[in-house]
Amino acid sequence: MSLLNTAPEMAITTRVDDLLNWTRKSSVWYMMFGLACCAIEMMQTGGPRADLERFGMAPRATPRVSDVLIVSGTLTLKMALRTKVLYDQMPAPKYVVSMGSCANCGGLFQLAYSVCDGVDKVIPVDVYVPGCPPRPEALTEGLVKLQAKIQRERWLVRAPETA
Amino acid sequence: MLDAAGVHARLRDRFGEAIGPLTGSGRDAWQRVDAAQIALVCRFAKDDPALAFDCLSCLSGVDWPKREVIEVVYHLYSYRLRHWGVLKVETPRDAPGVPTVSGVWPAAEWPEREVFDLFGVVFDGHPDLRRLLMPEDWPGHPLRKDFVEPEEYHGISTSRASLLRP
Repeated sequence: MSLLNTAPEMAITTRVDDLLNWTRKSSVWYMMFGLACCAIEMMQTGGPRADLERFGMAPRATPRVSDVLIVSGTLTLKMALRTKVLYDQMPAPKYVVSMGSCANCGGLFQLAYSVCDGVDKVIPVDVYVPGCPPRPEALTEGLVKLQAKIQRERWLVRAPETA
Repeated sequence: MLDAAGVHARLRDRFGEAIGPLTGSGRDAWQRVDAAQIALVCRFAKDDPALAFDCLSCLSGVDWPKREVIEVVYHLYSYRLRHWGVLKVETPRDAPGVPTVSGVWPAAEWPEREVFDLFGVVFDGHPDLRRLLMPEDWPGHPLRKDFVEPEEYHGISTSRASLLRP
């Protein structure tokens, strides 16, 4: 059998960027990082009913191999410094999903002396998921939004023309 | 099984003036204890067969700025005899110090660390008196009523424009 004869029928054309992004968005691993009640919903999202794995997302127990940090729960000032350390340990490209009111803005506890009013004061955030806590469907939508963002990224850019 | 008056009488017999009058009623009736004697009183309350307080149910702190004192409150329970006892000690607000009871009930270790963390009470003789909840370099003791929240912590601002904070 000649492979040459069948090759034209198998060919799919795409841009390199799109192919790269498609592979990357299809295996977004999230770090197991639970802070409060939102973490329970995050576990539920990873469970069989909401099933994050159908999007290629699997929980990882270390920041060294994680792609996305889901900040799930109330961030205290003490934890904020540690969150920064964990974020710095993740390899780029890395993403942050702020899950729930507490991670977004301090939520119910924003007047407390020990609470950091929003994780975006410490690390950059890609997607905010509202809710207290958000249902698994909401977190799933947030992560699908993150996938859409990854798909739009541009890696191969033409060098700026020099005069 | 003793009622609050019985517990009070038993402690009064042993320690005399170091035990204050019985105040309040019911299960929460309490007696003031001389701060310097609290470890001895607790040791006796645990070992005495008529009291047998084998459980430190709760150890907490109360700030009284007008009276210039911090109270440490001990809720005791006896599983064997099924009765309760409440002890309170007072310590000056500017230099709070109370003997530890962690030698009597090891369970007191963490509550005492918490009271140290949030009220600044130094428990003399505690094996490991570090902050429990707040970061090591946190300024002040947050549950004191005159505590002022710092403007920022390690460059993280502690305020945010919101609906709650006009």
